[in-house]
Amino acid sequence: MSHDTNSATSVHGGGPARRSRSPFRQMITALLHDKLALIGIVMVSIFILAAVFSPLTAPQDPYDLSQLDILDGRLPPGSTSVNGMVYLIGTDDQGRDLLSAILYGLRTSILVGISSAAIALVIGASIGLVSAYAGGRLDSFLMRVVDIQLSFPAILIALIFLAILGQGVDKIILALIVTQWAYYARTIRGSALVERKRAYVDAARSMALPDRSILFRHILPNCLPPLIVVATMRVAYAIMLEATLSFLGIGLPVTEPSLGLLISNGFEYLLSGDYWISFFPGLVLLLLIVAINLIGDELRDILNPRREG
Amino acid sequence: MSGYLLSRSIQTVLTLLVMSVLVFVGLYLVGNPVDVLLSPTATPAERLQVIQSFGLDKPVWEQYGLFLTRALSGDLGNSFVFNQPALTLILNRMPATLELAFVALLIGLVFGIPLGIYAGLKPKSLVSKSVMTFSILGFSLPTFWIGLVMVMLFSVKLGWLPASGRGDTVPIFGVPLSLFTLDGLSHLLLPAFNLALFKISLIIRLTRAGVLETMQLDFVRFARAKGLPERRIVRVHVLKNTLIPLITVIGLELGSLIAFAVVTETIFAWPGMGKLIIDAIAVLDRPVILAYLMITVVMFSIINLLVDILYSIVDPRVRLEGNS
Repeated sequence: MSHDTNSATSVHGGGPARRSRSPFRQMITALLHDKLALIGIVMVSIFILAAVFSPLTAPQDPYDLSQLDILDGRLPPGSTSVNGMVYLIGTDDQGRDLLSAILYGLRTSILVGISSAAIALVIGASIGLVSAYAGGRLDSFLMRVVDIQLSFPAILIALIFLAILGQGVDKIILALIVTQWAYYARTIRGSALVERKRAYVDAARSMALPDRSILFRHILPNCLPPLIVVATMRVAYAIMLEATLSFLGIGLPVTEPSLGLLISNGFEYLLSGDYWISFFPGLVLLLLIVAINLIGDELRDILNPRREG
Repeated sequence: MSGYLLSRSIQTVLTLLVMSVLVFVGLYLVGNPVDVLLSPTATPAERLQVIQSFGLDKPVWEQYGLFLTRALSGDLGNSFVFNQPALTLILNRMPATLELAFVALLIGLVFGIPLGIYAGLKPKSLVSKSVMTFSILGFSLPTFWIGLVMVMLFSVKLGWLPASGRGDTVPIFGVPLSLFTLDGLSHLLLPAFNLALFKISLIIRLTRAGVLETMQLDFVRFARAKGLPERRIVRVHVLKNTLIPLITVIGLELGSLIAFAVVTETIFAWPGMGKLIIDAIAVLDRPVILAYLMITVVMFSIINLLVDILYSIVDPRVRLEGNS
């Protein structure tokens, strides 16, 4: 990885000063000093802004049927509509402006990815924390469940859940939570086991603080950095998994197309040479995931204590 | 060792039971398969007859009990759609999926390990940085989309390789395989690479991380201090300690390849069990979904068990324990 060694040492080599800054602040500073991570942050911000404001940024409302003209179906990039509008990257089979459809689809993809990862994080982190703190039988039971679940690929579990639940935004979010909580639980348990033995926990105990307060106000904040790395990677994975499931026709319904569904729509026209319907949504999906992974990758390097040898 | 095997088998059986109850009850709650089984013009009498013949009029626990007793004698029910035993249906398609997964794994190892070792030994070189950038890309490329791009490029535009199907197969020990005919191989190439791409990246990163970490350990310093040539240090000491942990990962990844084959099989119309399960989910073919689940649970448990045993053989520090 090409991380900026100078900035990294200035953050890590601070000697006693290092203690005074929260690990979270250190992480952000180091991240902003890394070129690749910065590119990732800028890209992700652009995607999120474009997606959140898609009603404003999109040239057309792709789900307003009155704005669509079936005569405009499958026009190649750069074509002009019958009413004079230019389709920068072409239209899909129903005459929707592909750019607009992508912006709306991006919104669904990001919503599904972030919300499922966030809920899974809260659930998984709580379970992991409790597991580490309680120890004993509860801990070995919970971790056995985690182990068994992680021995099955996420896509398989999501597949089975969606077979049962059917299609829908809420259902795919639920399926993604079920597939992901275990990663968070295991990560935070690992760090919580280490933190539990630290002096500050003994200090808190000797002050007779309630367990809940020790867990969530003292141990949890110190376990956050590795959790954030996992969360970043998981958001990317969740977005990819949702797109994959939608592509397979078992994720989102046609009424709420995400990027995966747009790609799937274009699949049948691919063999006849109309590449753009599948290609451009896929490109946006790829860039989004690359951007998130760039951030996650640098975060991991920053947090890896062994990295500077 | 036997205690270990016993506890693992119990765990597998428990997982099977829990999964089958969850999925059975879940599928039972979702929808009535009768609508799938009948044509819209069916008379109420025909409807009743179908319901009774599949035992759908009984309460859910009774249906599950029936399923369980039959499953124990190796009968996982007949597919609603194909009217064949679900187990036979899946087993017939399993070789295609396994062939695809194994070839993809092989591609992943052949490309991933050497590149990962190089990137780990010379982390600052330009080649290593390019390799790592590629690996981020490979990590981020959605399998299904890159599959489409491959079809577009190599099949539609260039016309080099076929876009779908399995091509000619030859039976090897009674199992039809594409690997040993030229036509079959040309059909296998695109889907296998498509499936392998993600794994190449993963293996590169794991190998690199392992090499980087091992190079800093004391025994490498000691070997250097002893004056061993660098080649020997890398080949014997570093590689051994890097590649052994990879065994675990490779085992898990084989499972994930089999699961992800669902996607690749859909794109390349590869007639494996992944394509079968997607079609089964679309029409709620309950017996096939359940049978697929049971078979994958067993398959994954066996893979995990083999990995653990293999690991304990190559790394004598690991002891398998019966109770945990």
